[in-house]
Amino acid sequence: MLGFNGLIGIALVYVVFLFGVAFAAERRAATGRDGWLRSPWTYTLSLSIYCTAWTFYGAVGYAARSGLEYLTIYLGPSLVMLGWWWLLRKLVRVGRAQRITSIADLISSRYGKSTLLGVIVTLLAVVGVTPYIALQLQSIAQSLEVFARPGAGGSPDGGAVALWSAAGLALFTILFGTRNLDANERHHGIVMAIAVEAVVKLGALLAIGVFVVWELGGGPAEMLARIDASPIAAWEQSGGRWIGFTLLSAAALLCLPRMFQVLVVENADEAHLGTASWAFPLYLLLMSLFVVPIAVMGLERLPTGNPDMFVLTLPLSEGRDGLAAWAFLGGFSSAASMVMVATIALATMVSNHIVVPLWLRARVPGAVMSGDVRAVVLTARRVSIIGVLGFGYLYFRLSGGGTALAAIGLVAFVGVVQVLPALLGGLFWRGATRSGAAAGLVIGFAVWLWTMFLPSVGGGGAISAQVLAEGPFGLEWLRPQALLGTGGLDPVLHAALWSLALNAGAFVAVSLMSFPGPVERLQGAQFVGVFDQSGGPGPWSRGGADAETLLVMAQRILGATEAQAIFARAARVQGRPGALPEVTPDFIRGLERELAGSVGAATAHAMIGQLTGGVSVTVEELIAVADETAQIVEYSGRLEQKSAELERTALALRDANAQLTALSVQKDGFLSQVSHELRTPMTSIRAFAEILREGGLKEEERHRFASIIGDEAARLTRLLDDLLDLSVLEAGQGRLDWRRVELGKVIDRALAAALVEPEALRLVRDRAAEAVEIETDPDRLAQVFINLVTNARKYCDAPRPELRIEWRPDLNAVDFIDNGSGIPAEQGRVIFEKFSRLGDPHKSGGAGLGLAICREIMTRLGGAIRHLPGSGGTTFRVELPRADMALAIAQPASG
Amino acid sequence: MARRVLLIEDEPNIIEAVSFILSRAGWTVHTHSDGASAVERVRAHPPELVILDAMLPGRSGFDILQELRQDAATRDLPVMMLTARGQARDRELALSLGATHFMTKPFSNAEVLDRVRDLAGG
Repeated sequence: MLGFNGLIGIALVYVVFLFGVAFAAERRAATGRDGWLRSPWTYTLSLSIYCTAWTFYGAVGYAARSGLEYLTIYLGPSLVMLGWWWLLRKLVRVGRAQRITSIADLISSRYGKSTLLGVIVTLLAVVGVTPYIALQLQSIAQSLEVFARPGAGGSPDGGAVALWSAAGLALFTILFGTRNLDANERHHGIVMAIAVEAVVKLGALLAIGVFVVWELGGGPAEMLARIDASPIAAWEQSGGRWIGFTLLSAAALLCLPRMFQVLVVENADEAHLGTASWAFPLYLLLMSLFVVPIAVMGLERLPTGNPDMFVLTLPLSEGRDGLAAWAFLGGFSSAASMVMVATIALATMVSNHIVVPLWLRARVPGAVMSGDVRAVVLTARRVSIIGVLGFGYLYFRLSGGGTALAAIGLVAFVGVVQVLPALLGGLFWRGATRSGAAAGLVIGFAVWLWTMFLPSVGGGGAISAQVLAEGPFGLEWLRPQALLGTGGLDPVLHAALWSLALNAGAFVAVSLMSFPGPVERLQGAQFVGVFDQSGGPGPWSRGGADAETLLVMAQRILGATEAQAIFARAARVQGRPGALPEVTPDFIRGLERELAGSVGAATAHAMIGQLTGGVSVTVEELIAVADETAQIVEYSGRLEQKSAELERTALALRDANAQLTALSVQKDGFLSQVSHELRTPMTSIRAFAEILREGGLKEEERHRFASIIGDEAARLTRLLDDLLDLSVLEAGQGRLDWRRVELGKVIDRALAAALVEPEALRLVRDRAAEAVEIETDPDRLAQVFINLVTNARKYCDAPRPELRIEWRPDLNAVDFIDNGSGIPAEQGRVIFEKFSRLGDPHKSGGAGLGLAICREIMTRLGGAIRHLPGSGGTTFRVELPRADMALAIAQPASG
Repeated sequence: MARRVLLIEDEPNIIEAVSFILSRAGWTVHTHSDGASAVERVRAHPPELVILDAMLPGRSGFDILQELRQDAATRDLPVMMLTARGQARDRELALSLGATHFMTKPFSNAEVLDRVRDLAGG
């Protein structure tokens, strides 16, 4: 009789054998001789982790309890593999193109690299799958107990067995699951071990089946008769449960983290799916072939035994220790492979989506080197493996290990299937948004917790019978197994229907109401249209980016010159020869800042993150995006330039038109003014000339009229002189006679020419201050001064008129300040205009061109003349150019 | 018979010339050189004829003419306008506002006398 210790021994040998297989496979892969490791058969066999201890032991128990309904668990995945290969192909293509590491990564990636979604899916997976892992530990412990019952040495402590199993599996998983950091690198050792285990467990079931049918049952014909006579044949099948469970298991194949791991992450070649699409259903068919005969025979021969253990107890009861040991190894294989892959999948999610982000947030800035991150990620993954298995073990201890195996499996199925709406929506619907996915997942997760997980957890359930029957706080519509009064439904179907319906509803509704961000849109397009792209992974065999590739991208965004300058500068700073710097975190940060200036911070961050992280968008795709961006930027830049040009032109035209109009109005007004100014003296001259000609005048009359004629003729001449002067100045013609001269001398000359008598206007000067040399045309400057002095004499209305001439060295200006009442502010603006004579025109004796001429002269001399309002009397300030400027103006004129 | 002419003009030499010519011909010439108060002056002592310069300080001759024509008392008063700007626009404007005659500076003395006799009926 095979004892407990003997079985432990066999199990240990088997485990050592698996170690060997895994190790050899790793070695072969490392040396490149991995041809047969990458065969479609290995891939197909690795998919067999779908068949856990639940299917190995539990299917028989399921059949014994519920008849053929167990078939739904095989039917769903078979239908997916046979009929939905296009969906799987898309999933695998996306997973490979985007370097997806887990289903949480897939959802997070699809919805704009959302950290939140990664965390939600990870939590969902951990909560959903941990009981499943506990289930595997329980099956190992339970199966060992079966052998121990006859009692031949060694005490079967279920808890201890489970603990040691968990520890051993943790060790195995860490050894072969975290050899490589990059989750994209496939775990050849583990996959190979799984393939071997797949063969062992299928062989075991087939062997038991053959033993049952031919040895115990007396051949197929007799066996069929026994089946017909058994209670299994009489089971009423519920159509709703059949359809529901089939769909559920079909969805689980896509959503279970461990299935995603082998189906997508460990997939070496998309073509392998073709083989798997028929070979895997065949495998499942063989696995289920003898389930009913074993169940029937078990019920017949061991009516009091646990149906879940018939696979072991039947050969044991017949004394077939060898067969029983094989069956045990089959069950052990099912449990071990599931635990290993599920743990790797969960640990990847936990470390990538929870531990590392938290660590990155908490780390001291600047203390990270790439090596550190590597160590952190590896440690995180190892700790996560231990954590997940520890969690599973804890659940096993707390749950008491009593529940039927299949029930736990279904709870897990419904839990992980909550990812389905976000997954399918993400692959086929561009309108799906992160908010929608988050809403659907959270609602589905919550409903699942309430309707299924909590009522099932820990044997008696975390929810009291009262709440179950009456709802929380007496709210009947919230009864966990009869939401909104939908009682009478199968609890599993009830939970699945409600959770998925609310999940999908929220997902679609919120997606329709929200708008995707830029990265999200990009990712959505990449996922939905994965077959439209060139396909296949980019040249990046690993994550991380080299300087050359970064330069290519930077050039496309910043332009070649600028990008090369940035890279060369960075290389110089690093002290490296050549134009390419080492890709350090500092350099990447700097580059991101540069790119952000061109494409915006978010896009730059996403681009850099994706290039250096190497996980989500392939380089070709990224460069395509960059090309597009550059084109758009360039094009919109050109458009902007064009429209700005057009606007400038239109503005210039408008200005020119306004100027022309104004000029024409001005010219009109000017001519009219000139005509008036000429005709007025002529009128007097003509009238008096006629009077004189007629004769008969007194002597003094004749004399007076003649002198009036003389005055008016002089006035005409002055007017013509002024007009000519002004027109010459305005046209910029006429030479200026630049000379170096003392300011005081210019003022002297002006005063002499203005013929000012002291009683008419008292002058106040500071001759010492005026002894400055200036660079100017003395005649023209004197002309300005004469005008100002003459104006003061004519218009100063003080009883004792006085004019102060003051040199302002600080301003390089000469102020002319009289003590009159000044010019009203509103007139101060127009006095420099032509013909803007103020007050009595005859007092001025001019045509009102004096100040206009002054303004033109000062402009040509490089200075200015202004009226300073509100400064007591009338104040004019003549500003002279600084000496150097005066010279600069003078040079071309005199030279 | 007091044949009074009111000359509204701001150029002293032109005032002197016109006054001399008309006085010699027997007219009594009053002069006024500010535009703003010209209408009041006309109302205070209505003359037989007004000679009105177009460009006056304070108020334009056209404005003054318009107001005179709106008042029943001065509506039919003969007004001869003088202007130095000499553009056709001014002539049309003056006639449309109701000027009895329009004359451009410079003018011949004989023409002024003729027109004054025509308009003032003497």
